[in-house]
Amino acid sequence: MEQNKHEIDYSEKVISIKGLEKSFGDYHVLRGIDLDLYKGENLVVLGRSGTGKSVLIKIISGLLKADRGDVNVLGQDVVNITTEDLQELRRRIGFSFQNSALYDSMTVRKNLEFPLVRNRKNLRRKEIDEMVERVLDAVGLKQTINQMPAELSGGQRKRIGIARTLILRPEIMLYDEPTAGLDPITCIEINNLINRVQENFNTSSIIITHDLTCAKATGDRVAMLLDGQFQRQGKFDEVFATDDERVKQFYNYNFIQ
Amino acid sequence: MDTKNSTSVLAANAKPPASRRFAKFFTDVYDVYRFIVRFFKEAFVPPYEFKELIKQCYEIGVRSFLLISVTGFIVGLIFTKQSRPSLLQFGATSWIPSLVSIAIMRALAPLVTALISAGRVGSSIGAEIGSMRVTEQIDAMEVSGTKPFNYLVCVRVLATTITIPILAIYNGLVAMLGGYLNVAVNEGTSFSTYVQQFFQPLGFIDFESSIIKSMVFGFTIGIVGSYKGWNSSSGTAGVGKAANSAVVTAMFLVFIEEVIIVQITGWFR
Repeated sequence: MEQNKHEIDYSEKVISIKGLEKSFGDYHVLRGIDLDLYKGENLVVLGRSGTGKSVLIKIISGLLKADRGDVNVLGQDVVNITTEDLQELRRRIGFSFQNSALYDSMTVRKNLEFPLVRNRKNLRRKEIDEMVERVLDAVGLKQTINQMPAELSGGQRKRIGIARTLILRPEIMLYDEPTAGLDPITCIEINNLINRVQENFNTSSIIITHDLTCAKATGDRVAMLLDGQFQRQGKFDEVFATDDERVKQFYNYNFIQ
Repeated sequence: MDTKNSTSVLAANAKPPASRRFAKFFTDVYDVYRFIVRFFKEAFVPPYEFKELIKQCYEIGVRSFLLISVTGFIVGLIFTKQSRPSLLQFGATSWIPSLVSIAIMRALAPLVTALISAGRVGSSIGAEIGSMRVTEQIDAMEVSGTKPFNYLVCVRVLATTITIPILAIYNGLVAMLGGYLNVAVNEGTSFSTYVQQFFQPLGFIDFESSIIKSMVFGFTIGIVGSYKGWNSSSGTAGVGKAANSAVVTAMFLVFIEEVIIVQITGWFR
């Protein structure tokens, strides 16, 4: 498996979150989250299903509103941002969805062109084609360019989803369960792709997962979300060197060698 | 089942109190109002999705032609056939073209077209946008810095508003042919005489009101389908519910609008 070997700039925070709270009715999902993501860093957020991992990145990308707290992304206050500024900020953030969220009425080419032609005006046909082919090459799926999403496998859909976010050259990548529902070999391919994206596109990433293999392969730092708060943060081995039964249980139930 | 469990099941199935349902109704009305306002705010500012608008006009218009043709022809034929006995009693069968033209051009053509479109187009808009909502495709568009409301909602509402009046006029003309078949067989009237008699009682206001009415119907079908799809809840059941609800609500509103517009047109006639 490829290991991530990139430089992290600890002097520059690309995401800074303080005291973030979010509830759905009476259910308090996030209860005071503090988080910093540094330039060039891959941060893995671990946690069981329903602990609010996806909610966290949806707040970062402005898809959900925080109830309380500060969320600063690339110098912008996401909680009090205007629609226009949010639109502008989102062009600098890539979001890879759990189910890929490919536009199923469009071919792979049209999927990739969709954000490109709407965000970069005055691009010529030749330039668009080159950019589409370049990102498809980066995810190793140039041959699928004219296929429909329904004709792709789960792993291919994930990679096309990542390619679609890369086409705008984002500074931050948010991965929501990148290896969920994939076989072990494809999981390794996706993990390698996440590391390659970091190296080739110089992104900072938050990777939401409950797959410890993915966490170990891609994360510079791991944060464990339990009861709406980060209970443990640090290197992978540091996080699991604990007597906390919940953390140990999480580790033991993952089939990691 | 023990008492505690049966109580909780009953509580879960119980309807919310009337006050909460009343409040929810007004919240829904406010949401619809905001949705419509958002349409007017976003539909006429860049980026304009001309290609998608033409595609949707084709989907809604051209693909409905066969259905509209068949129903229009049948409506014209049946209406003429059913009117004949009554007029025959008074020896007034020569009035059939005029009667058919007034009934079809003023009321039946826009109404039949709207009801067919509500079923065919409204449900497909609700299902399409709804499935995009539940599979996070709309979220994916939003986070990529594009404007899904413009691309999905504004385009479809504009397409229905533009296309349904054209379909309604076409429906009326086909219904005229259906009526002619009956008149030609029974009276042996020539086509040119029939057409002349058909258009004689119609004034500019009839065409004007029919077109405006069809535009209102088209807007309603588009906005209801889009609203239901845009706000559909998770899962395939949510998509089905959105599609179904889009049809029922649009049809209901079309009838209400028909009554109001007929009343208003009456004042100008």
